[in-house]
Amino acid sequence: MSFDVLSAILVIPAVSAALLAVLPGYRQTAKLNVVAALATFLTSLSLFVVEPVSGQYLLVDDLNKVFIVLTTLVSFTTSVFSASYIQHEIEIGRLTPAFLRFYHAMYQTLMFAMNLALVANNIGLMWVAVEVATLTTVLMVGIYRTHEALEAAWKYFILGSVGIALALFGTILVYMAARPVVGEGLDGMVWTVLVKHAAQFDPALLNVAFVFLLLGYGTKVGLAPLHAWLPDAHAEGPTPISAVLSGLLLNVALYALLRFKMMLAVNLAAIAPGPLMVTMGLISVIFASLMLYRRRDIKRMFAYSSIEHMGIIVFAFGMGGPLANFAGLLHMTMHSLTKSAIFFAVGHIAQVKGTQKIADIGGLTVTNPVLGWGLMLGVVAIVGLPPLGIFMSEFLVVSSTFSHAPWLTVILVLGIIIALGGLLLRVGTVMFGEPKGPTAPAEASYVPMFAHLALVLMAGIYLPPGLVAGFQNVAKLLG
Amino acid sequence: MSSLQFDIAHLLAGSLVLASFMMLYQVRLYALLNVYALHAGVLALSVAWQAYVQQAPHLYLTALIALVFKAIIIPVALHRIIKRLGIHREIENVIGIGLTMMAGIGLVALSMVVMLRVTPGADALAREDLAFALSVVLLGLLVMVTRRNAVSQVVGFMSLENGLVLAATGAKGMPLVVEISVAFSVLIAFIVIGIFLFRIRERFDSVDVQALDRFRGERR
Repeated sequence: MSFDVLSAILVIPAVSAALLAVLPGYRQTAKLNVVAALATFLTSLSLFVVEPVSGQYLLVDDLNKVFIVLTTLVSFTTSVFSASYIQHEIEIGRLTPAFLRFYHAMYQTLMFAMNLALVANNIGLMWVAVEVATLTTVLMVGIYRTHEALEAAWKYFILGSVGIALALFGTILVYMAARPVVGEGLDGMVWTVLVKHAAQFDPALLNVAFVFLLLGYGTKVGLAPLHAWLPDAHAEGPTPISAVLSGLLLNVALYALLRFKMMLAVNLAAIAPGPLMVTMGLISVIFASLMLYRRRDIKRMFAYSSIEHMGIIVFAFGMGGPLANFAGLLHMTMHSLTKSAIFFAVGHIAQVKGTQKIADIGGLTVTNPVLGWGLMLGVVAIVGLPPLGIFMSEFLVVSSTFSHAPWLTVILVLGIIIALGGLLLRVGTVMFGEPKGPTAPAEASYVPMFAHLALVLMAGIYLPPGLVAGFQNVAKLLG
Repeated sequence: MSSLQFDIAHLLAGSLVLASFMMLYQVRLYALLNVYALHAGVLALSVAWQAYVQQAPHLYLTALIALVFKAIIIPVALHRIIKRLGIHREIENVIGIGLTMMAGIGLVALSMVVMLRVTPGADALAREDLAFALSVVLLGLLVMVTRRNAVSQVVGFMSLENGLVLAATGAKGMPLVVEISVAFSVLIAFIVIGIFLFRIRERFDSVDVQALDRFRGERR
């Protein structure tokens, strides 16, 4: 039974990907996509009930349970949004049914790859999964075949591949460090074995390995200065993919980084990964928040906001300690939910207005009140205003840092405030300016967006004790 | 391990670095592809030698993949693509050949210093292999950043992956999963690239990445 749950979250997307690749008819396939994503989500929930047995290849512990449930939840809601989004794209002829078959198959392949990366107990397998996830998203980013989409996909492909190659080099170095201690063969790749013996590894080799891993997986997380692919990929791909990239794929790369951080923490002679992560996190926050001011494209703007928030999250995990880790986990969850909700809104807005240019969108609260206020709520949440969830988590990050390193807090808060100003400034005209562009009512699916926002609002007001206990447990694991 | 075995392994890995250097100064696409084929061939030899020295039969498979797939099929296919697109002219370099070579020498020195310093515990063969592998990876990166042409960026990326295979085989007893995955990723990468080249061609009538630069940044 226990084995079944673990393999089911991999088998369901894999089988549906194969099915979706051959089935015709976009209405049916969009529905099948939703059903498959829902089935995966429900299966992942059962991880809380049964305790799967971990093997040499797959692993479930408290850390990745959080990630798996979040990933499958957002995958499911995004597939619901995707169904209505895609219908509109078909109607206006931006996508053809043949491309759609490809799109749905790739969507499920991406789910499979992300789930595999999350449950892999083998650092080689984890690397392969992240690579597959990168390639599927490259193909999806380029799906519109416009100049911009091609450039974005090419840039993403080149930078993503180089990043992933550096991560592989780091992985090989970890194996080299492990070999004298745990012996040759598979054991040197199994994460649980590595953590158990990491104290005896050669620290110098581990240090170099971590630098490569940080650069490699950090590229995928979108940390400045390795972020160049991210705004383009988010802006030019289909909006459901922007939501999944921002809400999930960045987390998956972060998760890989956290696993290696846990391994390094065991070895006292190795460098502390914390300061490196703190530095990159802060650079990302400051850089991205400054970049928010001169954006002209609304999706690109929220992509920079994702860089900012990944920076905050990496900063929190870099600071370490139970409270900062707790805050980092909470912030990651809140960011995934909020940012995907924002992209749901932005996707429909761009469809209604026929443009992504901020200058051509105006007065949304008048022309499309539900979408407009939905986006407004999302933006209020993402800039960290109370009483929403992100305020809570940002407050926790800041307050937990304050006692250790007040100066870092100053920089972080500065970044957050600059970002707040930038986003509100830009979004103000979009929301309350003079109405511009077509005013036709949107055929939107509001449920996923408001479901996410409701969760974020709830988290800001009341966190269920069960969730808090679970996160605290994970935070302790992370050290 | 006898010193002869060691010397041969050393020679082959060193030749790979040399082949990477040869890539740096090629000015024509066909020539670059030929050097890449040579690169992959040397890699295959090197991996096969490691298989013999380490008595690890599964590495022969990796060597075979490198020989057939990377040294023959990919270069031939890319040759055809280049011919079909009619782009077999000179490669535009971002910076001069001399500067590129200097940068290359610097990178090799850097990887030697870094890898040899951090691996005193590892056995001699593995650590030298690792140092050479890192050089190949960094030189591949250098090829990628100094070329404007999409095809030569791809070749740079593939030579970078060759360096990773060298590192993986040098790490004694590393499970097969990694070698397969590297070969696999090259395969997928190639498909992706193939599709992209044709699409880029479709849109720009050129595979010069400069043509893409016009669209960089914000929409206007």
